[in-house]
Amino acid sequence: MTIAVIVYPGTNCEHDIAHALNRAGTDTEMVWHRDTDLSGADGVVLPGGFAHGDYLRTGAIARFSPIMDEVVRLADAGIPILGICNGFQILTEAGLLPGGLVANRDLKFICAPTHLRVASTDSVLTRAAEVGQILELPLNSYEGNYLVDDVDSIEVEGDVILRYTNADGLINESTNPNGSMNNIAGITNSARNVAGLMPHPERASEDILGSADGMVLIEGFIASTELVDA
Amino acid sequence: MTYSYVVSISRKQGLSDPEGTTTKKALNDLGFHGVTHVSYGRTISVEVEAESSEAARSQIEAMCTKLLANPVMERYTIEAAS
Repeated sequence: MTIAVIVYPGTNCEHDIAHALNRAGTDTEMVWHRDTDLSGADGVVLPGGFAHGDYLRTGAIARFSPIMDEVVRLADAGIPILGICNGFQILTEAGLLPGGLVANRDLKFICAPTHLRVASTDSVLTRAAEVGQILELPLNSYEGNYLVDDVDSIEVEGDVILRYTNADGLINESTNPNGSMNNIAGITNSARNVAGLMPHPERASEDILGSADGMVLIEGFIASTELVDA
Repeated sequence: MTYSYVVSISRKQGLSDPEGTTTKKALNDLGFHGVTHVSYGRTISVEVEAESSEAARSQIEAMCTKLLANPVMERYTIEAAS
C-alpha cells in the first residue's frame, strides 16, 4: 500500500504529509511533477505549497504538469485523491473538483488554527469522522476563499464535506475566516473519491503539534486507499 | 507574421472580488462617493506567429480557455494591440 505524494517546484508540505501518513503506518513515495507514472499508487496526495510560484492563478500552471494526466486517470478509476491547500487549488483548476479559490475576503494571509465542522462523511477524507464533529486544524493561505458558480447545486449534491465554524459549531459570517461561500472549507466530487480542503490536517496530526484532530481525516484517507485494494 | 494581442481577464460578475470591494471602499473613504463598483483583473500581452490575424486570434482564444483564464470564475476579452 503506497500513497504517492506529488511534488511540484514550490511545493513545501510534502514531508509533513508524508510524515503523518508514515506515522499512521502507510508507505509514501514522492513523485516529481514531471514523472508520468502512478501505476503503483493506491492513493495520491497533492500537498500544500506554492506550485510554480502560484503564477497566473494558484494551481493554473501545475494542472498542466506531466504527472496530471496520471492523476486524472487515477481519479477516473476511483482511486482516492486528496488535495491539501495548494493541492486543493490545483484540483479545482484541473476540473477534478468544482469551484475555485480566490483571495481571502480581508486580503490577509491567514496563518491560524481554525475550527471546522464535518458536513458529510461521504468522502475518502471524512469517512472516519462523524457528521457534526468539530476539528481544529491550521489554515495557512491567502487564496482560501472558496467560490463556485452554483453553490446551491453542490449543496444539493452533498459535495460539501467541511465548513468553517467555531468551537461551539456555529456556522455564519462571524465564523468564516476567509469569505468562502457557505463557509466551505472542503469539498468532494460526485464520485466521492476526490477531496480537497484548505486547512492542513498534517499540521494537526500529533499532540506535539498542538492538535491531533487531523488524524481522523488522514486515517480516513488511508482507510479509503485500503478499500480500493480489497 | 507576428500579431500582438492584449487579453483582459476579470472575475465573473456576481462572484466575490475582495480586491475590488476593498478598493471601492477606499475610494469612497477618500471622497469619491460616486464610485459604485470596482473590479480587479489582469492583462496579458501575447505575441504570436501566425499566417493571418484570424488564425492568431483563434489561437489566443484557445489559450484563454485552456490556461490564461479559468472559465469557472473568470471572463476575458481579446483585443489587437495597437
